[in-house]
Amino acid sequence: MMDQRTESCDIIIRMTVRIMMPFIQLFGLYVIVHGHYSPGGGFQGGVILGAAYIMLSIAFGLKDSTRYLSEKANAVMGSIGPMIFVGVAIVCALVGGLFLDYSALDKIIPLGPIEWRSMGIFLVEVGVGLAVMNIMLSLYWDLASNGEMEEGL
Amino acid sequence: MIWQLDLLILTLVVVCAVVVINLKDLLAATVIFGVYSFMMCLLWAEMGAVDVAFTEATVGAGVSTVLFIAAILRTTRRSKD
Repeated sequence: MMDQRTESCDIIIRMTVRIMMPFIQLFGLYVIVHGHYSPGGGFQGGVILGAAYIMLSIAFGLKDSTRYLSEKANAVMGSIGPMIFVGVAIVCALVGGLFLDYSALDKIIPLGPIEWRSMGIFLVEVGVGLAVMNIMLSLYWDLASNGEMEEGL
Repeated sequence: MIWQLDLLILTLVVVCAVVVINLKDLLAATVIFGVYSFMMCLLWAEMGAVDVAFTEATVGAGVSTVLFIAAILRTTRRSKD
């Protein structure tokens, strides 16, 4: 285990990242959730969440960071994101509205069409955030390790 | 909009852009490019486009700098031409 950490054994950097990580992730979630009535949104929040994991892989080394989010989980989450987006759109079309017409979702759970327009854009932004976070992370992983996932920067 | 602040930020943006083009050291150019992105972010925010400023700060200054550095470490640091 020790030889894995030779490139990242500085305790100050590791503790700083450990302390900063939850706050950065909380801020990313805040940006995603408040995206439809303040600046921000799925893309920006997803990039912030991805940057948090990129910081973790730089500080802990690429091998150690995959214990927190494995390559397979990353690929699965990155695929679930677009599926949420397209799934919401297709469900809208199936219950009688147009593609991505969120007010049609009122027929499944009656909240009122105006309320559903706000909820629908929130669901879509969660999907966008998941996709962007995992694509940013795998971009960094593949670029830093030459695509072999053996050793990071 | 405050035109003095606008002029200051615009001057810094132009200076950063010229410096990035002329540097031979690619790592230094990447760092200055991050500064350029932050200046653009300030300019967007000052003009009232907060959403664009947010994107510029996260993608332009945050992630793309890391990706550039990762790419530089796979090549040589100084440019030949």
